[in-house]
Amino acid sequence: MLDFIVRRLIAIIPVLTVVAVFVFLMLRLTPGDPAAVIAGDNATSDQIDDIRRKLGLDEPIWTQFVIWISNMLQGNFGESFFFKKTVAELIAQRVEPTLALAVCTLVFAVTLSVPLGVLAAYRQGSMLDRVVMGFSVLGFSVPGFVIGYCLIYVFAIELGWLPVQGYIRIGVNFWAFLERMVLPSLTLSVGFIALISRITRASVLEVLNEDYIRTARAKGLSNRVVLMRHALRNAAVPILTVIGLGIAILIGGAVVTESVFGLPGLGRLTVEAVLSRDFPTIQTVILMFSVVYVVINLLIDISYTLFDPRIRY
Amino acid sequence: MKQVMRRTLAAIAAGAVVAAAGPVMAQGKTLKVVQHGNLTILDPVWTTAYVTRNHGYLIYDTLFAADGDYAVKPQMVDTYTVSPDKTVWTFTLRDGLEWHDGKPVTSADCIASLQRWGKRDAMGLKLMDFVKEFKEVDGKTFQMVLKEPYGLVLDTLGKPSSNVPFMMPKAVADTDAFKQFDSYIGSGPFIYRAAESKPGERHVYVKNPKYKPRSEAPSGLAGGKVAKVDRVEIIEMPDTLQQVNALIAGEIDIIEAPPHDLLPTLKKDKNIALDDWNPLGHVFVIRFNHLVKPFDNPKVRLAALHAINQEDYLKATVGDPAYYKVCGAAFICGTPNASDKGSDILLKSNFEKSKELLKEAGYDGTPVVLMQSTTLPILTNTAPVTKSLLEKGGFKVDMQSMDWQTLVSRRTKKDAPSAGGWNVFHTYSVSADALNPISNSYFVAAGDKSWFGWPTDPEMEKLRDAYAKETDPAKAKALAEAVQLRALETAQFGWIGQWYGPGARRTNVTGWLKAPVPVFWNIEKK
Repeated sequence: MLDFIVRRLIAIIPVLTVVAVFVFLMLRLTPGDPAAVIAGDNATSDQIDDIRRKLGLDEPIWTQFVIWISNMLQGNFGESFFFKKTVAELIAQRVEPTLALAVCTLVFAVTLSVPLGVLAAYRQGSMLDRVVMGFSVLGFSVPGFVIGYCLIYVFAIELGWLPVQGYIRIGVNFWAFLERMVLPSLTLSVGFIALISRITRASVLEVLNEDYIRTARAKGLSNRVVLMRHALRNAAVPILTVIGLGIAILIGGAVVTESVFGLPGLGRLTVEAVLSRDFPTIQTVILMFSVVYVVINLLIDISYTLFDPRIRY
Repeated sequence: MKQVMRRTLAAIAAGAVVAAAGPVMAQGKTLKVVQHGNLTILDPVWTTAYVTRNHGYLIYDTLFAADGDYAVKPQMVDTYTVSPDKTVWTFTLRDGLEWHDGKPVTSADCIASLQRWGKRDAMGLKLMDFVKEFKEVDGKTFQMVLKEPYGLVLDTLGKPSSNVPFMMPKAVADTDAFKQFDSYIGSGPFIYRAAESKPGERHVYVKNPKYKPRSEAPSGLAGGKVAKVDRVEIIEMPDTLQQVNALIAGEIDIIEAPPHDLLPTLKKDKNIALDDWNPLGHVFVIRFNHLVKPFDNPKVRLAALHAINQEDYLKATVGDPAYYKVCGAAFICGTPNASDKGSDILLKSNFEKSKELLKEAGYDGTPVVLMQSTTLPILTNTAPVTKSLLEKGGFKVDMQSMDWQTLVSRRTKKDAPSAGGWNVFHTYSVSADALNPISNSYFVAAGDKSWFGWPTDPEMEKLRDAYAKETDPAKAKALAEAVQLRALETAQFGWIGQWYGPGARRTNVTGWLKAPVPVFWNIEKK
């Protein structure tokens, strides 16, 4: 196992190298000059050139890359072109809302979608099954921001139960924090619930036809025990895989959801950085997302061993 | 059941909000404002961004300020005199002016502030061309000695919009003008709370208890700046629909500039009022690249101006005539330099004339590259109108869509469109920046020193210089008119309509002053 983890961690290096080169080149090769954005509307060409020099953007592209990578290796992620802060400080400020949104969404999605998927499989062909599958199609098809606006209209504007937007840090006031997390998490989890419930249903259906399930039933075990202990546990590997892959959806969704609900998280930071061509911030945030994605999938791989003793690394 | 549920949740929510806002409420009334964009840069000399200018008005003060009738009045200055030959200006500061850290505002601070600002701002640069030296007479009095009389001294020092000559402590103002400073000490009516502010989330300002407002009633940006709320929070909320939802739900108090398409929704809510806080509004501009074909030829530019008309742009972008004005005056209708002489060309399309001029110019049918910004909603529809009108006037047009920042980057390129350059694009300006031939940077015709498009016209520069030196208002107005006529004759660029965008506020918020800039003093919250 340790050997496997070490190998996987080493495998992160080429992945991050590819991501770093790709992101760096994409930013330099696509149109958009941060110096022109910084200089503002009344700037002359000379002033823009001056800013470009000060930011080091007049250096050859490979020189810029080497400087960036060597700084990164020393733990220096650079300074944002716009905010007078280091990128590390910016990320530290913005990580809490994104983390909170991700955790709430995951908890909400998993606790709802797995039982729904199991029930849909158990009652295959029933009204419940059709409703779950219908919801699943809807969840895949409707864009997150549409769901967000609908939820805001109903729960914040019409009913006045929840706030429209904003974020209060968990340490400041827990209830106010929770109140502001409900709609964004619900919005972001709709697609996630659709995905997980569908996969759970398919996996459980497959398992329900296995001999050991018939044996369990023949032993006189209750439906709940058969489903939860025997069927779900054996169907867990594909479900966990989908949850792992879904982290990418979560990251992408956070960008939109944070903008709609005014959450000052990493998703919104990414949008702001992209729109203003804040190269150091974009590069670092994307690299960080890549690390998170790889590490979470590593943890998912490791967790397979908990559910399927046949899997050994 | 629904009612019970609602009441229970509301009670929980109210409790949570009270608990969350405890420290805030303890400090009194808080005004929550959403601006038109995110505040990322806090040095108002380093950038021309309007959100940064607004931040400046909260924490800094100015020597002079324009009142509600656009007349420049003393602000930090108590008295000023001009020598008979109009070359020595002596300014004396008001008593009791203090920086936020408690130190007195001195002449040395003001001189350093003017010098830094004069290295960046277009009008400041022009003023500094005339300044021989600054002299510190005593702690409260200083002199500005000019090489020769300059007609725009007060207009420049009382400049309402970016870059505003804000006064800062000398230690801050001594920062290189091309580097951002990281001190936020001003002498204005509010104090910036850097520790509580989180870029991308909110910026916090508290009332400056030591601020001494002028005794005059507030008018425009002049008069007594009385802070009537204890705290102002600038909330960063990028989504315009969410801004409207938050205002309706009472989570914020003011939206500086809601989009025109959401105004009907706001009008329906009886708890919300729309305020035309900026009566001068904004002006759209069409800008040609004078360096590359075909707009290097004045006849082709003139053909383009003959093809366009203001009303089509205004209908396509703003829609409701209550919020736009067809106006031939380059220096904004209703202001001292306004004149509609020669402006017919911008008001009515004449496609036949356009085609005739193109034929005379030998236009070979090469498509002109028109850059369209798709991320600034107010500008998005200008380019399709231009495409349609220019095509009717005999042009071939290649409209290329991009986000605003890409456009801002690409417009700096002087190359031909085939090498990544451009031919024509649209922008807009706050009208307050366009009131005379010096502050309106679109009129600069000094080649590389000109604004993007880089027109060169020595005759235009002579007229602008003459305007700058003229101290007689009647003669200055005649020169402004000559500048306008010259710009139209050479088709330097086009001003293609004025538009207005009201702000939205909760009805319990009153006292929003009419000014070219959204200011938050004088605002009360009940």
